[in-house]
Amino acid sequence: MHRFRYLLALLLAGFMGAAVAQNVTLRALFMQQAAYSDSDVRSMTADFEAQHPGVKVDVEFVSYEALHNKIITAAAAGGGGYDVVLFDVIWPAEFAQNHVLRDITGDLPQSMIDQVVPGAWTTVTYDGHYYGIPWILDTKYLFYNKDMLAKAGITAPPKTWQELLDQAKAIKDAGIVQYPIVWSWGQAEAIVCDYTTLLSAFGGSFFDNGQPAFNSGGGLEALQFMRTSLDEGLSNPASTESLEEDVRRIFSSGQAAFALNWTYMYNLANDPKESQVAGQVEVAPAPGDGVHSQISAVNGSMGLGITTGSNHPTEALQYIQYLTSQAVQEKYAKLSLPIWKASYDNPAVAQGQESLIAAAKQSLGVMYPRPLLIQYPQFSTWLQTDIHRALLSQTTPKEALDNTAKQVVQDKLD
Amino acid sequence: MAGVPEPVTVPARRAPRLLARAARRASVPWLMLLPALAVVGGVVGYPFFRTLYLSFFNAPLLSHVRTAVGLGNYLHAFQSAEFRADVVHTLHFTVGSIGLELVLGVAVALFLNRPFVGQRFLRAMLILPLALPTVVNAVMWRWIYNPEYGALNALLTQTHILGSYRTWLGTPGLAMNMIIVADVWKNFTLVALLVLAALQTIPVELHDAARVDGAGGWQRFRFITLPGIRPALLVALVLRTVEALKVFDIIYVMTRGGPASSTKTLSFLVYDEAFSFLKLGSAAAYAFLTVALIMVFVGVYIRLLQSRGVAG
Repeated sequence: MHRFRYLLALLLAGFMGAAVAQNVTLRALFMQQAAYSDSDVRSMTADFEAQHPGVKVDVEFVSYEALHNKIITAAAAGGGGYDVVLFDVIWPAEFAQNHVLRDITGDLPQSMIDQVVPGAWTTVTYDGHYYGIPWILDTKYLFYNKDMLAKAGITAPPKTWQELLDQAKAIKDAGIVQYPIVWSWGQAEAIVCDYTTLLSAFGGSFFDNGQPAFNSGGGLEALQFMRTSLDEGLSNPASTESLEEDVRRIFSSGQAAFALNWTYMYNLANDPKESQVAGQVEVAPAPGDGVHSQISAVNGSMGLGITTGSNHPTEALQYIQYLTSQAVQEKYAKLSLPIWKASYDNPAVAQGQESLIAAAKQSLGVMYPRPLLIQYPQFSTWLQTDIHRALLSQTTPKEALDNTAKQVVQDKLD
Repeated sequence: MAGVPEPVTVPARRAPRLLARAARRASVPWLMLLPALAVVGGVVGYPFFRTLYLSFFNAPLLSHVRTAVGLGNYLHAFQSAEFRADVVHTLHFTVGSIGLELVLGVAVALFLNRPFVGQRFLRAMLILPLALPTVVNAVMWRWIYNPEYGALNALLTQTHILGSYRTWLGTPGLAMNMIIVADVWKNFTLVALLVLAALQTIPVELHDAARVDGAGGWQRFRFITLPGIRPALLVALVLRTVEALKVFDIIYVMTRGGPASSTKTLSFLVYDEAFSFLKLGSAAAYAFLTVALIMVFVGVYIRLLQSRGVAG
C-alpha cells in the first residue's frame, strides 16, 4: 500500500511539473534527398528555437521514397506522431480526403498569398482549401557540361528535345562520352516526373474529361522519345536503375554531357568537393518540342503541413511560417529557390547562380502538374511499371500506356 | 492425484474442500503459463486473427468505415495478373537462393571439416556475413553492382571478361538473379555452420571402413556423409525457405521492385497495398495467401522430416 501511495505521489508530481514548465516539443519529418540538405534544415531549426524559447523541434529525415508511407503510418497509428510534415505536390488530394493534414486556409492572409509565385500554391491546395505552405519550389532543369559541348563544336544548349538527341549523337560520335544523357528512370516517382516533363513538351495531357488521354498524342510521343534515346545508345542504360542522386553522381563524375535534375544539382555539381566537373556545369530550362512548346517543366514542388493529430498546432504553424519566410529562404537559396516573387529580383539571391535564376524565371512559369488523384500512388505505380516495360523493350510504348489506361478505367480510380 | 485420500474415508462435508484443492492443483500449471500465454496471445494471436478478420473487408487504412466483402479480396487476388506475377517472382527468389545456399553451404562445410592451417580462422570468419544486417548487405551489393562506379563492372571490364559496362539491377530477369547472389553471400553461412556441426558427429571409422571396402569419394559422400547431415540440412532448409518466402528488406533497398516490377515479391505487394495504396483489407488477404504458400512448403518439409528425417 505504501508503495502505491508513493507511486501516486510521483505521478501527481509529474503532472504538476508538466503544467508548470511550458516546454513544447514539436516533431517534424523531412526528406534527405534533393533540395535543402539536412544540415541546412538543422541550422534553420536551431535559429527558430533560439527565437522561440520554450519550443524545441525534433527533426527527422527519411528518403523521399519512404516519406509518403511514413506520414501515412504515423497518421494511422493515431496520437503522438509528427506535428509538421514535408509533403509532395501529388499528395494533397489523398491527405485532405483522409484528414491527414490540417486545413490552414484561415491562417494565411491574402497579402501573403499574393507575394508568392502564383504556381506555388497549387502545391498545397485541394478543392479550394490550403493544407500547408509551399516550401520547396522545384522543377527539373536541363543540366549540361559546357566543356563537352564545346569539344563537339556545339555553341548553345538544345532548344528542342530532338536537338538534344542530335547534340548527344554528335558528342557520342566524337568519342567524348559513351552515353551523353542520364536520367532518373529507376522504378520510382522520379521517372513519372521526367515523363510528365516530356508529356507537357509534346502537348499531351494525362486526362481529358476524366478519361485517360496519356496513351495517345503527346503522352505517347513522350514515351516513344524516351525509348528512342535508349535504343540509340544516347541515354545511359543505367538510367533505368537510377534515382536523382545516382544521376547527380554520374553527371558529376564527368560521365554524362546532359542530365535532367532538380535545382539542388546546380550548386553541388559546381562544388569541387562534390564534383569532378565543377565549373563546367550550366543549366537551362528543359526544352520543348518546338511545336507545342518552347520549354517544358514539371511541378515538383513540396510544402510543409501540420498534421491533424498535432497537439501543438499554434507552435507548428509558427515553425512552418518561419521555415517558409522570405528571409530564411533567401539565406538558404543555394540548394532550393524561394517561393517569394520578390526574391527572384534580389541580387543577393542571384549572386553566383545567375544562370539558375534565369532558368528558374522561365521554367517556374510553365510547371505542368501530375494528375490530381486521391489514389495517386496507385496510378503512379501502374504508370512506372508500364513505362519501364516499354523502356526495357518488353512491350511497345503504345501497349504499355494502353495497359495503364485500362487499369485506371477498370478500377475506377478517382 | 497422488496424496488424495480414498473417497470412502472422506466425510461428506470434507469432499468439496478436497475437490477444490484438486482443482487448484490442476490449475497450477495453467496459472504458471498464464503470463506467457497472455504475451503470446497478445503479440501473435490478436494480430493474426485481426488480420484474418480484416481480410474479409474493404478496409481503408485511414478510415473507420468498413464494408464486408466476404471472399472478395481473395477472389480479386487470384484474378490479378500482378499477384500471380509476384508469386512467380517470390518462388524464383526462394528456389534460386535456397538452392545455391544449400550447395555452397555444404561445399564450404566439407572444406572446413578438413584439417589445414588457418582452418580455425576461416571457421570464425563464417560468422561475419551472418552478423551483417540485411540492409547493410543490400546497400553494399547495390554499390558493387552500380553500373558506373561499382566494383563488379570494374572487375569484369578490367579483366576483359566484359567488353562494356552492364546494368545489373536495371535488366528484368537478371536483376532478380543479382539479388539472389547478394542474399546467398550473406545466408549460405547459416547452412555451412549447421552442416559443419553435423559433419563432426560422423565417426571417422565409418569412412575408414568404407575405404577398406573400396568405396570412392562420391560413394562415401552419398552413403555416409549425406545421411549424417540430412537432419541438419532439413533444419536449414525449413529456416531459410520461410525467410526467403517472406523476403522484403533486401529488395526494398536494392531495387524497390523494379525494373518493370520484375523483382516485386509478395511481401512487397502487401507493403504497397497497405501503406502506399491504403487498402488494408486486400493487403491482409495477400498476407494470408503468402502464409498459405509458406504452409505448403512447410507441410512438404515436415513430411520429409517424418519419413526419413532423424533416422537418416
